[in-house]
Amino acid sequence: MSVNLVKNAVGRMVPIEINGKSAVPFQGVGAYKPTGRIHAPEISSCANYPEDGNKLVESLKAALIRAGLSDGMTISTHHHFRNGDVIAVEIFKIAQELGVKDLVWFPSAAFPCHEAIIEQLENGTIHHIEGSLNGPLGEFVSQGKMRGTGVLRSHGGRYQAIQDGDVEIDIAVIAAPTADSFGNANGIDGSSACGLLGFALADSEYADKVIVVTDNLVPFPCIPWQIQGNHVDFVVEVDQVGIPERIVSGTTKVTKSPDRLHIAELTAQFCEEAGLIKDGFSFQAGAGGTSLSIGNFFGEIMRRKGIKARFARGGSNKYLVEMLEEGLIEYILDGQTFDLDGIRSMRENPLHVNTSPFTSYNYHGKGNFAGLIDIVILGATEVDVNFNANVVTHSDGKLLHGIGGWQNCLFGKNVILPIPLFRNRIPVVCDEVTTICGPGELIDIIVTERGIAINPRRTDLMETMKGSNLPIKTIQELKEEAERICGIPVKPNFSDEIISAVNWVDGTVIDVVRKVKN
Amino acid sequence: MSQKTTAGNRGKGAASDCYVEFELTSAGGIHLELNSKVKSLFGAKIESLCLQILHFFDISNTHISVEDNGALDHVIAARVEAAIKKQFKTDKQFLPDMLPQNQTGTARDKKRRSRLYLPGNTPKLALNAGVYGADGIILDLEDSVAPDKKFEAAILVRNTLRAIDFYGAERMVRINQGDKGLDDLDYIIPHFVNLILVPKCENGEQLQVISSKIKQIQKKHHMSHSVHLMPILESAKGVLKAFEIAAAEHVVALAIGLEDYTADLGVQRTEEGTESLFARCQLVNAATAAGIQAIDSVFSDVSDMALLAKVVAKSKTLGFTGMGCIHPRQIKVVHENYAPDKTEIETAKRIVNAFYLATEKGLGVVSLGSKMIDPPVVIRAQTTIDMAIDVGMLKQNWRDEYVG
Repeated sequence: MSVNLVKNAVGRMVPIEINGKSAVPFQGVGAYKPTGRIHAPEISSCANYPEDGNKLVESLKAALIRAGLSDGMTISTHHHFRNGDVIAVEIFKIAQELGVKDLVWFPSAAFPCHEAIIEQLENGTIHHIEGSLNGPLGEFVSQGKMRGTGVLRSHGGRYQAIQDGDVEIDIAVIAAPTADSFGNANGIDGSSACGLLGFALADSEYADKVIVVTDNLVPFPCIPWQIQGNHVDFVVEVDQVGIPERIVSGTTKVTKSPDRLHIAELTAQFCEEAGLIKDGFSFQAGAGGTSLSIGNFFGEIMRRKGIKARFARGGSNKYLVEMLEEGLIEYILDGQTFDLDGIRSMRENPLHVNTSPFTSYNYHGKGNFAGLIDIVILGATEVDVNFNANVVTHSDGKLLHGIGGWQNCLFGKNVILPIPLFRNRIPVVCDEVTTICGPGELIDIIVTERGIAINPRRTDLMETMKGSNLPIKTIQELKEEAERICGIPVKPNFSDEIISAVNWVDGTVIDVVRKVKN
Repeated sequence: MSQKTTAGNRGKGAASDCYVEFELTSAGGIHLELNSKVKSLFGAKIESLCLQILHFFDISNTHISVEDNGALDHVIAARVEAAIKKQFKTDKQFLPDMLPQNQTGTARDKKRRSRLYLPGNTPKLALNAGVYGADGIILDLEDSVAPDKKFEAAILVRNTLRAIDFYGAERMVRINQGDKGLDDLDYIIPHFVNLILVPKCENGEQLQVISSKIKQIQKKHHMSHSVHLMPILESAKGVLKAFEIAAAEHVVALAIGLEDYTADLGVQRTEEGTESLFARCQLVNAATAAGIQAIDSVFSDVSDMALLAKVVAKSKTLGFTGMGCIHPRQIKVVHENYAPDKTEIETAKRIVNAFYLATEKGLGVVSLGSKMIDPPVVIRAQTTIDMAIDVGMLKQNWRDEYVG
């Protein structure tokens, strides 16, 4: 297969066609502004729905059949249960039983719990996945075994792709901890409560058919209705819709590693010295162990200075909730709950606010909240001397993580990546990242255990931090130190075969992932 | 075919380490099997290092397997060398390059508030040990290394002294007790160790034996840098000989090990520490009389920073100037609580300022008001100032704003 490649604005060679659809190469931050009208689902008429409002059908299988499940359709699911999702695997088992082929799975994220789906990828039920490719699925795709090309998008990019019609969802299946038979649903109540259902919002609004699956059916009205029944075609009651205990994954616990604690402390010290922690400031700290402990250090500084944050952007977790309850934070604007304390707080505390990728991440919104956040803490597998960063592949070229909200958060005012200088003798700060997920112009500060590098574009921060006792170095110095300690690794040996595209928040292609030759 | 020998660690918790299995064969050349987490990125480099080592030891027929978990070259080299040397005796040593910054000595009266203990056979912990700002880092060959791992640990510690940058922390090694400890010296003295911790020291003679062995090794290697000694008193006998020990040649600090000391007395180690008050006071007094530093025992609850702070504050009032750390998080707490308080800093500022004024005026005698200030008092005041600057209580350029 010959593929037409062009060089995009960050110098990467990307295809102009992916899975038979045309693709736009990345043109620079904020450069691509499509025109026209937002994609819309088919017109529905309420006359076509039961007068008594009861949309219950007897099983997920029946609902999928009535939704018209057939070859080549795009099926979406959501990751509110993170590694405790059970519905996606069930859907594709049913599809296989029905002999349906060539489906596209469009999850908001995939987890190791989805390993069983490899069977349907192998037997032709699923053609390809457009969503995060990590764990066992990442390994499968890295080996070039998926028939179609993967497309990796951020949470905001997923919303954009739906609105642009880049992805047309035929059937959205929403696993809901509580719902009524009209289809109103929420994530805060019921024995499987997972917090919120923000990642399913776009799907409920734009998919042709919407199925709500619940294990806690309540009489109308289900309040609050995070998902509105007016978008929903069918409701299915099952024994268990997800495993909330498995929402907590390894990445949502505070680190005990002295190295990571050291990096977290340096990050907090930097923020304090740079004057970023002031009354009324805002921050987002992600799900990684280092990010969580940075939140703890922020708390110490805020207590000492007697100041409050106006808001924190979630993923929420126990630690953020404690800060909210202590009054250190006025609001949590939450995109997803990372543990059971987050779920409880969202249910009980009106200051803990449920958001969707539309509010703070969406490229086609009339503004978004991400740009209002003072301090954004993110991770990366690699950062290069131009501050470009990678989150989706390992240095050996294999797919490792999804993008999540990472790209969207880069629009914050001060974007900080606290990362080790090397992992397992593999330099994290390097000459050129394996895959560009975020352009260096949006990344401001790199904090490692051996030094802090400020992006030279941030002349203001460079000036403020002059004379600081913190170990401020250039990114080049950090790279050289990493190589002095680890040695210089050889580059992975890539074939021409593209296994996945990496999209930017506006839907353009910022990079691709190629298959690694053995 | 020879018996198989092994070195190193594998499995969970053995990050940055590798496990080597080695046997000699009579024919068939070199069979090298490498399994590595980083094989696609560093595999060729690791294989060529292994072949270089085999060649160095004149081995041409062998089965060797290396199970690597992201180890750096100096670790892989130490493991391969240890596995080979368990097979046959040789005086040859495969030495990694010596970092230029590791070829430095340290001053006799260097600050020794904190010294971070690292198990000598766990390479992962040594990697970043220097970034936490401890005054000293101890590569331990004694209690933290299992008896059957002592041999390979000595080789690893040797390589670590050469190849790891501790960013200015004093490079210390705790040797084993008795003759084993004397053997340890062969592995560390030629590689610019700064200070030797001598466990369970009970008299000055033990230290003489160590000092003369050090001299002998240094002579052989044409080296002359100073190697300091820090004996640890861990028994009733040791405590009774505190001054003899403190006054021995090359001793710069005297430490106490309270776990062993209380066991020797047959008493419980308590939070208040009444049972060891005599020993600690005796140690401080002996150290002061000998003009060296008094160093306190480690605090073993790594999760209780509030209690550690209290313990350090009390230790300071007894006259100790430093303490061992068993977790990096303890270092900052130790530094902050041995730091001088505000009154001490103000006094020190007056003395140091008077010294500068006297020097500027070309006066040989420093005086403060009507009082003459002796040189040792000035030195101690300067140390107080340095410590205050180090923990952020005083600016480097404090004299610019000082108005007396």
